[in-house]
Amino acid sequence: MAEVLERAGCEIDFRPDQTCCGQPAFNSGYPEEARRVADHFARVFDGAEYVVVPSGSCTSMLLHHGGAGSRAGEVAAMPPSRLSVYGAEAGNAAGSPARPPAPRIFEFSTFLTDVLKIDDVGASLDRVVTYHDSCHALRELKIKDAPRRLLSKVRGLRLAEMDAAEECCGFGGTFSVKFPDVSGAMARTKIESIERTGADTVVSIDSSCLMQLQGVLSRAGSKIRTMHLAEVLASR
Amino acid sequence: MKFVQIQEALGDARLQNAIYSATARMAEGRRIRVAEMPDEFQELRQRAHDIKQHTLDHIDEYLEELERNVVARGGHVIWANTGKEASDFIVDLARQRGVNLIVKSKSMTSEEIHLNDALESNGIETVETDLGEYIIQLAHEKPYHIIAPALHKTIGQVTEILQAPADSTAEQLTALARAKLREKFLQAGIGITGANFLIADSGAVVVVENEGNARLSSSAPRIHIALAGFEKVIPRAQDLEVFLRVLARSATGQKLSVYTSFLAGPRREGEPDGPDEFYLVLLDNGRSRVLADRNKRHSLACIRCGACLNHCPVYRKIGGYSYPWVYSGPIGKILTPHFIDAPWLPFASSLCGACAEVCPVKIDIPKILLELREEAPKSRAEKLAMRMFAWVMTHPRIYEKFSWVRRMKKLPAAGPLKAWLEQRDLPDLPQRSFREQWRDRR
Repeated sequence: MAEVLERAGCEIDFRPDQTCCGQPAFNSGYPEEARRVADHFARVFDGAEYVVVPSGSCTSMLLHHGGAGSRAGEVAAMPPSRLSVYGAEAGNAAGSPARPPAPRIFEFSTFLTDVLKIDDVGASLDRVVTYHDSCHALRELKIKDAPRRLLSKVRGLRLAEMDAAEECCGFGGTFSVKFPDVSGAMARTKIESIERTGADTVVSIDSSCLMQLQGVLSRAGSKIRTMHLAEVLASR
Repeated sequence: MKFVQIQEALGDARLQNAIYSATARMAEGRRIRVAEMPDEFQELRQRAHDIKQHTLDHIDEYLEELERNVVARGGHVIWANTGKEASDFIVDLARQRGVNLIVKSKSMTSEEIHLNDALESNGIETVETDLGEYIIQLAHEKPYHIIAPALHKTIGQVTEILQAPADSTAEQLTALARAKLREKFLQAGIGITGANFLIADSGAVVVVENEGNARLSSSAPRIHIALAGFEKVIPRAQDLEVFLRVLARSATGQKLSVYTSFLAGPRREGEPDGPDEFYLVLLDNGRSRVLADRNKRHSLACIRCGACLNHCPVYRKIGGYSYPWVYSGPIGKILTPHFIDAPWLPFASSLCGACAEVCPVKIDIPKILLELREEAPKSRAEKLAMRMFAWVMTHPRIYEKFSWVRRMKKLPAAGPLKAWLEQRDLPDLPQRSFREQWRDRR
C-alpha cells in the first residue's frame, strides 16, 4: 500500500505507535475495552491529514463506532459516509475547538479513486482475478465499484465476477473462534463460488477475509491464492 | 462451542443442499421484485420502519383503540400475559362449546406457546391446514423456517409422511392433502388463525397466505379465534398499502400474496358467511420486556417475512433446528435472548449485515446483536483476555514485542488457535514485519 501511494505522489508517514482499531473487543461485547484502543488510535494519528486504512472493516469501525467511543447502544445510526470526520465528536466532547482538524479516514481503494482521483496506478499482473466484497466495506461503507475499477485498469489482469461475491466468507472475528465449524462451512461455500469463476486469484480489501479464505483454500489443497488489492496494485 | 443440531446440519449434504437452494430461490424472487422498483422499494422500507417505530412507541393507545373496535364489531379481546393463559383460554372455550376438532392455519405464535400440545393433551384433535405445517405436524416436527416450515423435506420424504403412492408428483401430493383437509374444515368447530396485522382503526385482523386455508379456517367453522402477539397492531387500514407491498416481495418474491383476508368480527345480519363467534387473543408472553428496552424495541417491528433467514449465511448453513427457540435466523437471534436463556446465541453471527440490508422494516439486527453481546454474561477468562488485549493495544512497545510469534516455526495448537486450525491452515507469516522493512527503507 505504501508503494502504491508513494507512486501516486503521496508522502507517507508511518507512525510506529499504531496498533489496532479496537474492533475485536467491540464486536465481542466489550465496548469499554474497544474505546480505550480507539482512543489510542486517535492519539497516534492526531494531526495527520489523511489516514489510509488497508481494510474496510477497520475503516468502518473507526468511522462508525470508534470516533464516538461510546457503548454500542449509544452509537447513533450514522449514515455510512466515507467522508465522516474521525474524532470530531471526541473533540467536541473535550470542549477544545482549538484542536487541529482531525484526520480524515479512508479505506485504501476509495482513497485512490475518490481523493486522489486515480483509477490506473500503472500496475500489471498476469492473472485471472475474482473480487470478494468484504461485508463491512460493502454494507457499511458502500464500497463496491472502487476496487473493481482499480482492478480493471491493471494490465494483463482479467476480472471474473463470482455469483456469490457479496456473500460473507465466514470469518467474523471471534465468531470464527467460537463457531469454527460454521465459519469453516461458510468459507467452503464461498470457495465453491470462487472456483466456479475459473479465477486463479481471489482479491479483497480486507486481510481478515483473505486469511480466512487462504486458510480454507490451503486446507482443501487448492491452487487458488489470495491477494490484497494493494499487493495487486503494487505489482509491475 | 458445539451443538448437536449444528453438527447434524453441517454433516448432512442433502440437507445442506435443500436449505441452500430453497433460500436461494426465495432470495432470488425478492431480488427480482426489488429490481423492478429499486428506489420506491427503499422508500417503502423506510415508511414501514417509521410506521412500526411510531406504533411501538405508542402501542398502548393503539391496542386500546383496537380493542374498542373489535368489541364494536361484536368480537371479544382476550389479553394473555403468558402462553399458558392464551392456550388455557382456547382449551376452555373448546370444552365449553363441546368442540373436539380444531383446524389451524399457519401461526408461528401458536408454535411459540405450544398450542397444539395443549389442545391435544386435552383430547382436542388439532389439524394444521397449511400444507407445509400439515407435513411437519404429521412428521412430529417443528417449523424449519418462518414462512417455509417444511423447507428441509424432500418430495420423497413428503410422499412417505403423507403415505402417498411412490413417485407421486407435487401436484398429486397436494391434491391428497387437500382432500383430507377439506373434510376437516367442514367438521371443525373452531378455526384458529394467526394475524399478520391487527388494524387499530377498524378492529380487523389481516391474514396473508397463498393456499386459502386461512380463509377457510376463519370462515368455515362456527368459531374463529385469531391468536397474535400484541406487536402486530398497526394504526390504520391505509398503512397496509406499505406493509402488504413489502411483505410479499420480501418473503416469496410475489407482488402480492394470493389471499389477503380482512377478518373483522363475527358474521353480521345479511352477511352470507363468517363465524358466529370471534375472539382475538392478544399475547404478551415476554414481549413487554422487549418493548421496555428502548434500544431493542424495534425487534418487535418484525413482520415475519423470513427474508433475513434467506439471506443469512449462518442460517443457510446450520438450518432452522440449530436455533433454541421457535423463531430461527437473524430475527430469532435478537428475539430469543429476551424469552429464553440463550446467552451464546447473539455470538453465532459473523455480523455480515446481510439481514439488515433486506429487512423490510429496517430492523438494525447487527447493532442489536452487538448490544446483546455487551449484555451477555462473560467468562472470567474472556474478560481477562479482553483487558489484556486493550492493554497490549494501548502499549505499542509491548505490542511490538509480540512479533516473535511470527518467527515461530510451528504455533502451539491450543485454545482458540486449536479451534481455528480444525477448519483451516494458518497463512505463511512473513519473515520480516512491516515495521522492520519500513525502518530499513529510511
